[in-house]
Amino acid sequence: MSLTADDVQWVAHLARLELSAAERAALARQLNGILDYVRQLEAVPTEGIEPLAHPLPLHNVFREDEPSPSLPVSQALANAPDRQGDFYGVPAVLD
Amino acid sequence: MIHLTAHEQLAALRTGATTAEALAQQHLDAIRRLEPKLQAFLHVDETTVLEQARSVDAKRQRGEPLGALAGLPVAIKDVLCTAGRPTTCGSKMLQHFKPPYDAHVVERLRQADAVLLGKTNLDEFAMGSSTENSAYQVTRNPWDLERIPGGSSGGSAAAVAACEAPLALGTDTGGSIRQPAALCGVVGLKPTYGRVSRFGLVAYGSSLDQIGPFARTVADAALLLEVIAGHDRRDTTCVERPVPAYTQTVEQPVAPLTVGVAQEHFAAGLDAEVEQSVREALKVYQQLGATIKDVSLPHSQYAVATYYLVATAEASSNLARYDGVHYGHRAAKFDNLIDMYCKSRGEGFGAEVKRRIMLGTYALSSGYYDAYYLKALKVRRLIKDDFDRAFAGCDVVLGPTSPTPAFKIGEKADDPLTMYLSDIYTIGGNLAGITGISIPCGFTRSGLPIGMQLQAPPFEEEKLLRVARMYERATDWHTRRPLP
Amino acid sequence: MADLPYRIVIGLEVHVQLLTRTKLFCGCRTDFGQPPNSATCPVCIGMPGVLPVMNRRAFDLALKAATALNCELVSFTKWDRKNYYYPDLPKNYQISQYDLPFSKDGWLDIQPAGGPRRIGIIRVHLEEDAGKSLHDESGGGGSSRVDLNRTGTPLLEIVSQPDMAAPEEARAYVEELRLLLRELEISDCEMQEGSLRCDANVNIHIPQSDGSFLATPLIEVKNLNSIRGIERALKYEADRQYDEFQKKFGKDWRAQGQPKAFERLHRVVDKIEEAKDGRWKEVAKATAGWDDARGVTNVQRRKEEAADYRYFPEPDLVPVLVDDDWRAQVREGLGELPAAQRGRLQAQYGLAPYDAGVLAAQGRAFVAYFEALAKDCDDANEAKNWLTNDVLQTLHERKLGIREFALTTAALAELIREVKATGLNKQRAREVYAEMLASGTTAKQAVGKLGIQVVADEGQLLAIIRKAIEANPKAVADFKKGKVKAADAIKGAVMRETKGQAKAELLQQLLMQELQKA
Repeated sequence: MSLTADDVQWVAHLARLELSAAERAALARQLNGILDYVRQLEAVPTEGIEPLAHPLPLHNVFREDEPSPSLPVSQALANAPDRQGDFYGVPAVLD
Repeated sequence: MIHLTAHEQLAALRTGATTAEALAQQHLDAIRRLEPKLQAFLHVDETTVLEQARSVDAKRQRGEPLGALAGLPVAIKDVLCTAGRPTTCGSKMLQHFKPPYDAHVVERLRQADAVLLGKTNLDEFAMGSSTENSAYQVTRNPWDLERIPGGSSGGSAAAVAACEAPLALGTDTGGSIRQPAALCGVVGLKPTYGRVSRFGLVAYGSSLDQIGPFARTVADAALLLEVIAGHDRRDTTCVERPVPAYTQTVEQPVAPLTVGVAQEHFAAGLDAEVEQSVREALKVYQQLGATIKDVSLPHSQYAVATYYLVATAEASSNLARYDGVHYGHRAAKFDNLIDMYCKSRGEGFGAEVKRRIMLGTYALSSGYYDAYYLKALKVRRLIKDDFDRAFAGCDVVLGPTSPTPAFKIGEKADDPLTMYLSDIYTIGGNLAGITGISIPCGFTRSGLPIGMQLQAPPFEEEKLLRVARMYERATDWHTRRPLP
Repeated sequence: MADLPYRIVIGLEVHVQLLTRTKLFCGCRTDFGQPPNSATCPVCIGMPGVLPVMNRRAFDLALKAATALNCELVSFTKWDRKNYYYPDLPKNYQISQYDLPFSKDGWLDIQPAGGPRRIGIIRVHLEEDAGKSLHDESGGGGSSRVDLNRTGTPLLEIVSQPDMAAPEEARAYVEELRLLLRELEISDCEMQEGSLRCDANVNIHIPQSDGSFLATPLIEVKNLNSIRGIERALKYEADRQYDEFQKKFGKDWRAQGQPKAFERLHRVVDKIEEAKDGRWKEVAKATAGWDDARGVTNVQRRKEEAADYRYFPEPDLVPVLVDDDWRAQVREGLGELPAAQRGRLQAQYGLAPYDAGVLAAQGRAFVAYFEALAKDCDDANEAKNWLTNDVLQTLHERKLGIREFALTTAALAELIREVKATGLNKQRAREVYAEMLASGTTAKQAVGKLGIQVVADEGQLLAIIRKAIEANPKAVADFKKGKVKAADAIKGAVMRETKGQAKAELLQQLLMQELQKA
């Protein structure tokens, strides 16, 4: 199971990353090296082991349904690369 | 004055031996003098630093109640948000980003009347072990300018080591406080997951990230931890649990004390000088009356593999928001929306960030989730269970922080896997969510600092600090400073 | 339905916004119609370093909805990230629930014209809404504008089993769901404002000569933003699938054997389903948009790109554990649900199922009004008649709810009793009702004000009837010949003479008596 150039291209697309040909080649090599390394996990028996997503056994943490101030529009949009009036501007969204 | 500990500087402020303004000015002078070589800071705004200092002096003059850090300069890793101030995360992506909010820890510093000195350099988005991955500059190790300071909080570690700041905040996802602390010869503590609010910490691996202190002494680390720890309802994973008065108890030795030693911490790849220093440290504890006990962490050999799946999976999602729509870098030219995303991200992120996003995306993708991500979560539980079992028979586990002292700049740049392995002893603590501290325990023959790591069960920071202080009091490694 | 050459299979995915004051993970307000980007904060904008904190009321409302839908509330639930890039989803992941939704396996009883049906609910889960992208036509189609006010609004996704066998049933399902959620104040379910949104999964089963069925590929019909639209779109889509099938395989398709290629027409992974092994999986499905103006569905023949949402546990939120006490508390808080209410109205008041349905569909407050009125006037049937005809019409015309209705049950009960006592005919009774509404008077006062004096004196009425019989010999003759209707002419004359105020029953009785004698 090793990562092909096509796989790298597909993963880069999922991650919305434009990569140069050189980057793709380097990544294919490096990722395969890392994947070879992580494959040692296959040797660990994990039958019946519950996955651990949270290091702490916390649960049922809520906040009350109380409004707090929103940002002024000017502050919300202050960092926007393309501000269009009171909106964020983006290239056309097409389905 | 800048070479004094934080406690000593605070005492000088209290007695009127100095003012906050004078103290800030001395640190700014040191920064001016050292930065051309050291490159530890990304942003220092002298005007606001002095303004803050003067306002603390005025408060003191008016006899108003003052916070625990009144007038003390503190440096902040640039992955922690500061309202209206640059917060770049060492990335081109956020070069012009100014968050409209302070991180919780930054709020706590302001409430404690600390003087925010500036933002320190880091590996981009805290991804790295050398601070070479910053988009802006390479921070040098103050003990040897040809070498890396460790990472990702290399700027904070170097600044404290070089006395540019008495205290600094760092973040630790896989060792990013402890490893640079070891390599720069200072104290660095990673708190228990949930001890310090992550609100305003720009996320890398959300289930692993914690904010912690850098200091030149254990008591100083206790001081800063006491200020930043505690509940914050803006972070669901931050626990509601009282914060012990670490500074009040840090001088009390722990007795009886059982120090656990894991054979797995002395594996292949461990530098001989590092090993020797750590074994010497064990003898010191023995002389202090501690019992040394062998413990076993059988799954620790899988920690790096587990970490690089869990952390990168989370990172791939955490960093998806940098897309050139709402903030951050947007490419100048693009064909359509998807192209805008791809180009903006392709241009905005550096090589290591891209590598980890790619790895994490792959680990979560359809068909590979079970084999990689899910498998890693299961091994993560085994790693945590190992620690639980070990701590049933000892108070702390002692070992090396990093397998090697500081390496040369560029030495591991082309070999990500070797770089990842420099966190081999610290990563398990993040996966298990426990607390750990690195303190100086010696020097190589060539004069590079060596650090040892003490780890303790969740929320046992108080005991951890006391145990660390026992060693510190018995040795003088922490008193050595690099040549200016 | 029976005359269709195929069987329709429909499952619905309904999203409703919850009636919370604030968003799911931050304190921004959720009110509809705020100025663009004025209800956002670092959390819902997804700025670096911010964290979500779960709104307790949103989770409580979600539990309430699932309980009302007869779902099992699971003991352990968690949140997951669904990763995909879209400008109105600022984090580029949606916090949703994947493999451990907080509830599953419920049902909803519906009342379509064809008779009652029970529709299974696969799961109900809680997630955050996205913002809105507005396509800018002015800029040559080159750009869109994004408003994040809606981003992070709590959303309940309710996924039904494919149990609906007709567009009418889909409509009845959404109507019943809307009633239930409004009654429990879980959602206002305003389709125009997008607080109830509906996607339908539909395909058809075509009978084969060997008695088995051939299924067309599943199509997800989106953009169903009115109740009527749901029914129309599904009718259209089912026919379209049949036509497509016919075109592809012609009339002789049976002779060609199993047209397998047809089943592989569309492959876009877009939906989670529970597979036999108990794990949730994404299944292949194509989508179609409903164009309400043109009355057509447009199948989106997207390129062969499978979505890969890379779900994984949300590390910034912690799981929620629900115990028996909590479940019991939710159940107690529900009160009587519409289906139970309909049954009770029939049993307790002797109402027909249809009438019970009409009353229940108006909501709890209306039913409460009915019950009070029935008690006050001691005639459930008359109470029902007045409410379902006149009162509903008044409320509709004046755009009022029953809570704002001017007449108390006591006042309306008095009118009903007055009508019965005096034999006031319906037309005059309505005038009295209108007067009561207009001037706020009691029924008796209104009768007086309108100058209505019911002619109930037998002698007086008899005299008028006799005069009318004399004046209409032809009608009398016709009546004698067996034309019963002819009596109406005489009755009309009496009514004119009494200005419509003759007591109706007495008039009928006396008229018949006099005509026999004439």
